[in-house]
Amino acid sequence: MNDRVLLRGDAGDAALTDSLLAPLWSTPSLWWLLFLLSCAGTVLFLFSIYWTVAKGIGTWGNNIPVAWAFAITDFVWWIGIGHAGTFISAFLLLLNQKWRGSVNRVAEAMTIFALVNAAMFPLLHLGRPWFFYWLVPYPATMGVWPNFKSSLPWDVAAVTTYFTVSLLFWYMGLVPDLASARDKAVSRARKLAYGIFALGWRGSGYQWQRYRIAYVLLATLATPLVISVHSVVSLDFAIAQLPGWHSTIFPPYFVVGAIYSGLAMGLLLLIPLRRAFQLEDVITEAHLDRIAKLMLAMGLMLAYSYAMETFMAWYSGDRFERYTYLFSRPFGPYAVLYWIMTALNVLTPNIFWSARLRRSSPALFIASFGILIGMWLERFAIIVTSLNRDFLPSSWHFYAPTWVDFGLLAGSVGLFGLLFLLFIRYVPTVAISEVKRLRLELASQAAGETAGA
Amino acid sequence: MRDHDWPAGSYVGEFADANALVAAVRSLRERGYTGIETYSPMPLPELDSALAFRRSRLPLFVFAGGLAGGAISYFIQWYANVYAYPLNLGGRPVHAVTAFIIPTFEGTILGAALTAFFGLWVVLRLPTYWHPVFELPGFDRATIDRYWVAVSGDDARGGADVTPSELRSLGATRVVTLDRHETPAVGRADGGS
Repeated sequence: MNDRVLLRGDAGDAALTDSLLAPLWSTPSLWWLLFLLSCAGTVLFLFSIYWTVAKGIGTWGNNIPVAWAFAITDFVWWIGIGHAGTFISAFLLLLNQKWRGSVNRVAEAMTIFALVNAAMFPLLHLGRPWFFYWLVPYPATMGVWPNFKSSLPWDVAAVTTYFTVSLLFWYMGLVPDLASARDKAVSRARKLAYGIFALGWRGSGYQWQRYRIAYVLLATLATPLVISVHSVVSLDFAIAQLPGWHSTIFPPYFVVGAIYSGLAMGLLLLIPLRRAFQLEDVITEAHLDRIAKLMLAMGLMLAYSYAMETFMAWYSGDRFERYTYLFSRPFGPYAVLYWIMTALNVLTPNIFWSARLRRSSPALFIASFGILIGMWLERFAIIVTSLNRDFLPSSWHFYAPTWVDFGLLAGSVGLFGLLFLLFIRYVPTVAISEVKRLRLELASQAAGETAGA
Repeated sequence: MRDHDWPAGSYVGEFADANALVAAVRSLRERGYTGIETYSPMPLPELDSALAFRRSRLPLFVFAGGLAGGAISYFIQWYANVYAYPLNLGGRPVHAVTAFIIPTFEGTILGAALTAFFGLWVVLRLPTYWHPVFELPGFDRATIDRYWVAVSGDDARGGADVTPSELRSLGATRVVTLDRHETPAVGRADGGS
């Protein structure tokens, strides 16, 4: 069937390598335009950071009782986006899904850059970010140690582990492709740079055999992280007593939302990428279709979580729980955001029941954009609508962000774009050796079918 | 075999595609060659039985690395919260096993992942920036679209008269000797880890 094709065209290994490495040697003018835009975003980010550090976090909108607002929303949002990378690269590798080979590199890079952004927010939220190392257990002269009964050191452990493992996994997958880039590079500087990072890879049978073992081991180790990282993040909320946070549904609910938003970001990056660098033969409609199906599944699970969370609030009989879920969120001061979020997250993915829309780049792009906004609003709803009206009406407080809050959010998107643009310019964006392997397998499959017919 | 060192009298043959390489390696193996190594731009699990590497011990190291990572992280938490700086928070036990599980889990994964990554470097002796095969003219295509098989000069079956002609008869487009190239002084005897 034509619409299931994972690899189009009859390019040989050499032509395939050339086309997949092409982004490294030439720069379309669109790249420069986006590069300048993301540089501007990054400058905004740096300026907002400077303002925060120089003046203190009083420049942000949050104040007691809304002690967590934009920064933690941004943190949870970015870290969630990272999840799809590991999901695509590790989970699907273990499930032997061959289509992952064409998109896993982009997804992994997205994970790493999202985590870089995510880590910024809790650090800035510390107020005195230059003391961030107090979070790490080390024998300080003060004799003080972190309290591991708190969920915040769990976050540190979970996020640093996730970042390290993602980085190792990404780099290990890159080594054979960096060797290809080394052998294809024309300029001596490029040859040297790729050569250093390729570690002298020569593709011997022994190297490949041991490499496969190590790669599957790393995938196996990364897989529980897909589940655990956002579960740990959700515990920041779930172990608190606050209505709207204190719920056992949080770990699976957060993981589903994380993969959901990550798949949306993945599509948002892949769709322009495959067009700009003519990768339509390698990243085909069949890939988009599969990601859209996953997104639909995650969207339905998320809708179920929303329903269950609200039902449990009513079923608990607790008046504070009932107030938060049945009155404050749907009809309170942030009701508009709550309904936009529900519409974007619950309704949008249902367009992907249609096979035609699952293959339509514009539909996927717009839907993904909507889902990313919806998922940001979800975290905002969880954090701000729970905090701004808790047990005592006398301590209720309406939260509004300042320009610094918006500057940090928009700026982090700029930094993400900058890192991603540098990645597609200097690093092979598709796992070349895996695509060649896929081509060999598809060819022998076809030969087998012809012989059998 | 592992290719840290190619003795005198070794030959390499170049093949145009993966299937030809796999067939050639299997055939060489049937003819009694043992000192064979391949170079290919993609993994070829089909060659596992023909190349017959020793079973890797890497998974065992990774398991040990995971155990060590878990033990170290549990110890740090115990040391910090029970021994060095116990905090009485509402009378809850200072040795909070359930709370310690989460960083212990993360430490286990981290220890195992670091072992898998750097263990591979040790096993493959990465980085190794120079190797005799890199001197072969045209070897830069081994990471692009060419498939090479090397036969060791120590192999009793081969020799200057036999090996090149056998490689050619198996479909090698080109056969080159590795002799003229200096071999590096490194290398323990054959074996795997």
